Amino acid sequence: MDTTIENSNLKSEEYFINMGPQHPATHGVLRLLLTIDGEIIKKVEPDLGYIHRSIEKMSERDSYQQIVHLTDRMDYLSSHINNEAVCLTVENALQLEVPERVKVIRTIISELTRIASHCLWWGVMGMDVGALTSYFYGFRDREMINDIFEETCGARLTMNYNLPGGLMYDIHPNFVKRTKDFIAHFKTKLPEYDRLLTGNVIFQKRMKGVGILTKEDAISFGASGPVARGSGYSCDVRKHHPYSAYKNVSFTESLKTAGDSLARYEVRIQEMWESMSIIEQLIDNIPEGDYKVATKAVIKLPKGEFYQKVETARGELGVYIISTGTKNPYRIKFRSPGLSNLSLLNHIAVGGKIGDLVASMATLDLVIPDIDR
Amino acid sequence: MDLMKVNKTECMTNEALQNLISNWIPELTFTEEGSQYLNIIVKPEHLHQLMSQLKSNNDTSFDYLFCLSGVDWGKELGVVYHLESTTYRHTIVVKTQTTDRENPTIDSVCDIWKTAEFHEREVFDFFGITFNNHPNLKRLFLTDEWDGFPLRKDYVDEINMIIK
Repeated sequence: MDTTIENSNLKSEEYFINMGPQHPATHGVLRLLLTIDGEIIKKVEPDLGYIHRSIEKMSERDSYQQIVHLTDRMDYLSSHINNEAVCLTVENALQLEVPERVKVIRTIISELTRIASHCLWWGVMGMDVGALTSYFYGFRDREMINDIFEETCGARLTMNYNLPGGLMYDIHPNFVKRTKDFIAHFKTKLPEYDRLLTGNVIFQKRMKGVGILTKEDAISFGASGPVARGSGYSCDVRKHHPYSAYKNVSFTESLKTAGDSLARYEVRIQEMWESMSIIEQLIDNIPEGDYKVATKAVIKLPKGEFYQKVETARGELGVYIISTGTKNPYRIKFRSPGLSNLSLLNHIAVGGKIGDLVASMATLDLVIPDIDR
Repeated sequence: MDLMKVNKTECMTNEALQNLISNWIPELTFTEEGSQYLNIIVKPEHLHQLMSQLKSNNDTSFDYLFCLSGVDWGKELGVVYHLESTTYRHTIVVKTQTTDRENPTIDSVCDIWKTAEFHEREVFDFFGITFNNHPNLKRLFLTDEWDGFPLRKDYVDEINMIIK
């Protein structure tokens, strides 16, 4: 057989295919230009900008209160954490100390956001590799969190619950009870995730040893969040640069060293347990007090530069403000975790098959508006 | 647990960093005014040398470029690099700028940190700063035909921009 092929004029040829911008596995308008040889990927080049709204330019004409509202249109699954990042930057610049009550509530809602985001990720992750059932499990549990948000924040997705100086309004009287009910519910459901998907032989074969990222490359590519922690790079902002109430809680940073798709998957599952533990430590001890401190109606930051990083569900979000002392930022830069995490996709996908690209991309947990901003 | 114990090495103070780095290249300006980090202002011609030393030197070891931003300061165009060391956990900010607004050119740092490839393309896209030795310098978000560089302060777009 081999000789027949050698003697004939059969040859393989590289060619381009388009994946996206409307592809179910890209979860948004992301277009990937794939150079392939047979089914082996030679190059992945993302084409971005389909939903770029230039939030950074818009912010230059907006007040600081207005900018908060733009940020939950970036990574909409971490909207509360994005809002918090801007509020923290402004509060630090003004040297404004917010009440302990605010810090604790912000932290609880951030962790609920993280669980909700990981639930959605877990659902679509299963769907991307052909396990449709996981989608319904993930959405069922996320729904409970969205209901809690709806009651307390007034919205389910783009919450806008933060403002510089504290919170829009106090928590709903049902908040503590519903959060506890959710934790009790989710503790029985999270092991189901493992039974349904993690241990599945087909799933394991799709994930193990696929899309390998070394620790050195993770740092060099600026990876953060579960993507970097799956490669053993300790980068949790909540540990290294604690903000809000993270100083007062004990939790373990999820770290795996394998660097493959399965490691990134396991980090996120473990993070959901850790988030539940953080919420449990805080939910019964929400300090009494005000839910905000008054700020001036027109906030002017002092002249200078301010940087604040937070840990969103996707990784490190940085807010960099250059202020000239006016009511608008002279320049604001959002360092999005998604763009850096996307930049390593080519590196982990080359040499693999298209199916592996879909699985690896799912473990990067990309949210396109976060990349496009 | 063992993983958490690594990286507990002594971090350098801003003063020690300044003393060490100022020996490498003349004409560096150091400032901590109006910023929580130590800022170094470097001329574009010395940028690449400084950056590769910041990464490769065993005492500084800035291996994590966590933020790369373009800035239009009015007269000058420039780039701000936020660096952190994953070994020592100290942070530094490097700034470089050029007064040439027609043809601003700065050396690429892609060969030092791989993350710079996408972020320099973003700066090229929105500020029109060209990066020497960049492997794939083209617009990242906008189309190739786009006229002008939107994040510059003198950018005018009467259709898409709402000026208050």
